[in-house]
Amino acid sequence: MSTPAQAPAAPPAGEAPLAVRLRGIGKRFPGVIANDDVNIDVRRGTIHAIVGENGAGKSTLMKILYGVQAPDSGTIELSGEQVSLASPADAIKHGVGMVFQHFMLADNLTVLENVVLGAEKLHGIGGDAKAEIARISDAYGLGIEPDHLVESLGVGARQRVEILKVLYRGARVIILDEPTAVLVPQEVDELFDNLRGLKAEGLAVIFISHKLDEVLSVADEVTVIRRGTTVRTVDPVGVTARQLAELMVGSELPSPSTEASTVTDKVLLHIAHLSLPSDEGRPLLDDISFDIHKGEVLGIAGVEGNGQAELVESIMGMRKGATGDVVLNGRDLSTTSTRGRREGGIGYIPEDRHRHGLLLDAPLWENRVLGHQTREPSARRGLIDKGAARADTQRIIDEYDVRTPGVDTLARALSGGNQQKLIVGREMAGAPILLVAAHPTRGVDVGAQGAIWAHIKKARREGLAVLLISADLDELIGLSDRIEVILRGRLVGSFDPSHVTPQQLGSAMTGASDETVTPTTDTPTTGTPTSGETA
Amino acid sequence: MSPRVTRLVLGLAAPLLALVAAFAITSLVLIIAGDPVGGVWSTILQVPAERNMANIINNATVLYLSGLAVAVGFRMNLFNIGVDGQYRVAAFTAAVVAGEAWLPGYLNTALAIVCAMAVGAAWAGIAGVLRATRGVSEVISTIMLNFIATGLVAYLLRKVAVREAGSNEIGTKQIPEGSRIPSIPFSDNPAISLYGFLVIAAFFGFLFWFVLNKTRFGFDLRATGQSTTAAVASGINVTRMTIGALLISGAIAGLVGLPILFGDAYAYGSTFQSGLGFAGIAIALLGRNHPIGIAVGALLFAFLDEQSNPLQIIIGVSPDIVAITQGVIVLTVVISYEVVRRYGVRLEQRHVASALEKHDPAGPASPTDSTTKGVSA
Repeated sequence: MSTPAQAPAAPPAGEAPLAVRLRGIGKRFPGVIANDDVNIDVRRGTIHAIVGENGAGKSTLMKILYGVQAPDSGTIELSGEQVSLASPADAIKHGVGMVFQHFMLADNLTVLENVVLGAEKLHGIGGDAKAEIARISDAYGLGIEPDHLVESLGVGARQRVEILKVLYRGARVIILDEPTAVLVPQEVDELFDNLRGLKAEGLAVIFISHKLDEVLSVADEVTVIRRGTTVRTVDPVGVTARQLAELMVGSELPSPSTEASTVTDKVLLHIAHLSLPSDEGRPLLDDISFDIHKGEVLGIAGVEGNGQAELVESIMGMRKGATGDVVLNGRDLSTTSTRGRREGGIGYIPEDRHRHGLLLDAPLWENRVLGHQTREPSARRGLIDKGAARADTQRIIDEYDVRTPGVDTLARALSGGNQQKLIVGREMAGAPILLVAAHPTRGVDVGAQGAIWAHIKKARREGLAVLLISADLDELIGLSDRIEVILRGRLVGSFDPSHVTPQQLGSAMTGASDETVTPTTDTPTTGTPTSGETA
Repeated sequence: MSPRVTRLVLGLAAPLLALVAAFAITSLVLIIAGDPVGGVWSTILQVPAERNMANIINNATVLYLSGLAVAVGFRMNLFNIGVDGQYRVAAFTAAVVAGEAWLPGYLNTALAIVCAMAVGAAWAGIAGVLRATRGVSEVISTIMLNFIATGLVAYLLRKVAVREAGSNEIGTKQIPEGSRIPSIPFSDNPAISLYGFLVIAAFFGFLFWFVLNKTRFGFDLRATGQSTTAAVASGINVTRMTIGALLISGAIAGLVGLPILFGDAYAYGSTFQSGLGFAGIAIALLGRNHPIGIAVGALLFAFLDEQSNPLQIIIGVSPDIVAITQGVIVLTVVISYEVVRRYGVRLEQRHVASALEKHDPAGPASPTDSTTKGVSA
C-alpha cells in the first residue's frame, strides 16, 4: 500500500484558514545550524506531517514552535497573529500543545490528577475537571476514564491521556513528536483514528515522523525537512514513499547494498534456546535459536519493543535471568560476565550511545578505554596505559574520520555521528570475532551513516560475524545476508534479503505473515524503501 | 587555550566563586545581626601564630582523611554520610587493640591501624551490601548506622572502660608509649608539634590519586560514577563496584580518628572528638573529590575553626559564625560547580565547532548536496 489507503477527507488544502505560519525560522547552536529558513503553513482541520531523517532539525523546529527554544530568526504566526513564544506556558496560552515521545505522566496518580496537574485553575481539581475530561474524551473518542490509575494503562492509552492533557488546556494546534515509535500496529491505527477525529473538529495536527508509510496514510500535507531547512511541501496523494525518501536524504538515496556473499560455513555465534522471563507473564525472549557464520551479517527485523533490546543485552550478558546457550567460536559464554564476553571477542555498538556507549563528560581517550579496560593497548597489568590509549584514540579518529579537535575533547561536545564513529572504531579495536550492532546509524547524519555502513561491510569482509538490529528495513535488506523477524520475543520468520520486499518483512513484523501479500500493480517492485506496512 | 588548560582554569574558578559567595553571605548575616563585619574578618583572616598554625595543620590532617573517605564514594555517585559512625567504631576498635598491646611497639600500632580500617570498612560494607543486593539507599542506611555506631560504642566503652584517676571520664586503656606515633617538630617550642599521622594521611592522599587515575579499578569506579548504564555495557560489575567503593570509603573513614588517638588522646573516651564525618562531606565537595583539592578544603575548614576561636573574647561575636560560612560553602559550591560545568560544556562545544570549521570549511555534507548546511545531531 504505497498509495495512501485513506483518501483525504479534509477540505482542500487551499481553503481552510492557516493555524500556523512559520517564515524563515533559523536556529543555530555552536557549530551546528539546526534550522535555517524554515517555512511551513499548517491549516486548520488538517494533519500536517513533518518528515526528515534523525538529526534533520525536526525536533528543534518543534521546540521552537512549543516555546522551549527561541528562534534566532524568523517569525511565528498563530491564526494570523504574530507571536513570540518565550516558554511552553506561552505556547499553551496561544493554543499550541505538544505530546512528547516520552510520556510525562506520573504513574501513581490517576488520569484526572495527571490532567489537572499544572492546570488547576482551568476547571479546578474536582467534579468540574472530571466532567470536562469526560466531555473531551467523548468528543474525540479517546475512551479515557478519569479515575483510572495511569500505571494501569497501556502505552496507547497513556498517549491518549497526553493528547487529552493538551486538549484540556485548550490546544488548537497539537504537535505529536514521533507518536508511533512506541506503539504496536493496532495502536497506531487507533491513534490515527483519533487524529482524524481531532482533524474533523477543526484542530490542526502536526505529526512528526520518519515512517513514510504512516505519513502517507494519515497526513493531508507533508513537509520534508533536510539538513535543517524545508525542502518541499507535497500532497501525499500521488507521491510515493521512495520520492519522499529521496527528498529526505537528498538527490540520491544512499544504498547500503552489499557486495558478493562472504558467508562461510563456520559457525561463530551459536545461540540456542535463549529465553528471558519477565515479571508480568509473557517472556521477553522466548526460545530463540540461531547461528551466525563467519563473514555473515544476520539482520533482526521487528517493530520496536518486540525483544530486540533484550536479545542484544542477553547476548552481552547484561540481563540477569536469561537462560539458554551463547556459544562464541566454540566457547560457551552462557555463564560468563559481560566483561568476559567482551574479552572473548564481542564488539558491541549499543542502541543508545548516550546511555550505554559513552561517558559523556569524559575525554575521548577515556571513552576509548571504556569496555576495553582489561585489554591492551588501554591497560597493562591492572594499570590504565594512558599514553597508548591516547595514541590508539588518535588512530581511531584518523581511520574512522571522527571529527574532533583532539583526544582530550569531551565526548559530549561531539555530534551524534562523530560519537557513533568513535564507538564503531572502538568496538572494532581488539580484533573482535562478533560485532553486535544495535541501530548503528540511528540519529546520525547521512555522511556518518554511509561511513558506518562501509565499516560494517568491511567487518563482514574481514570474516566477522555481525548481528545487526535495525528499525530501518532498507538498512537491514542492504546489509544483511539473512534476516530474522522478531515478534513478541520470538523469531517468527527467516528471509533472504535479496528476494524479500519491505512489504513482506512488514507483514511478518506485525504478525500478518499468514496472509499472502501480493504487491499491487502500481507498487514498484524493485525494493522500494516503503517501510513495513502496519495495516 | 588547550582544553586541558581551560578545564584546569574552570576547575579552580568554581571553588573560588563559591568561597566569595559564601563570604558575602556570611557578611550579610553579620550585618543583619548588627555585628562588626570588618572586625570579624580581620580577626579570622589574620596570619595565625605558630601554635595556631600547628593546630590548623593537625585539624586539617583529620579532616583530610574524612574528606578522602567521602570522596571515594562521591566518585562513584555514592553518598557515604556514615563516615561519622565508621570512624567512631574504628577509632574505638583501634584504641582497644592498641591499649591491650598484644604486640610490641609499632607492630601494635600497625595492628591497631589495620583493625581500624577493617572495622570501618565492615561498617560501611553493611550499607554497601544493602545497596547492592536490596537496593537500599546508602544515604539512609549510613545515617542509621551512625546512630547505631554511637550507641554501640557507648555500650562497649562501658564494658572495657577504665576510670581515669581523679576524673569522672571513662576511656579505654592508655596506649603504651612505645606504640604512640611520634609527632613532627614544628617550632623551637617542643610543645608545638604536628601529628606524625600527617605522613600516613598524605600517603593515603597519594594512594587515592593513584588508584583512581592510574588503575583499572579506579577507571571502573569513575566510569560507574559517571554512567551506571555505560558501565554495565562496558562489562563492569556494578554490584561488586558498589560494595568495593563503600568498603574503601569505610576503610579510609576508619583512619579519621587515628591521628588524635595516636598523637594526642592515646585512649578512646567519652570526650573523643565527634562530628568529623560531616565536615568531610563539605570538604570533599569543596575539593572536587581531588586529593589536592581536599587538602586545600581541609586546611580552609581547619583555618576557619581555629581563627574563629578568639572572636568571642576579642569582639564578642560567637565563633559559630564560621559554621554558617562552612554551611553556606557547601551550598554555593554545589551551585557554582553546576554553573561552571554548564559554561564549560558550552565553551567546549564552541571550541570543537570552531576547530572543525578551520579544518573542514565545507562541513561534513556530501559534495552532491546543494543545500549543504551544518547537521544537528
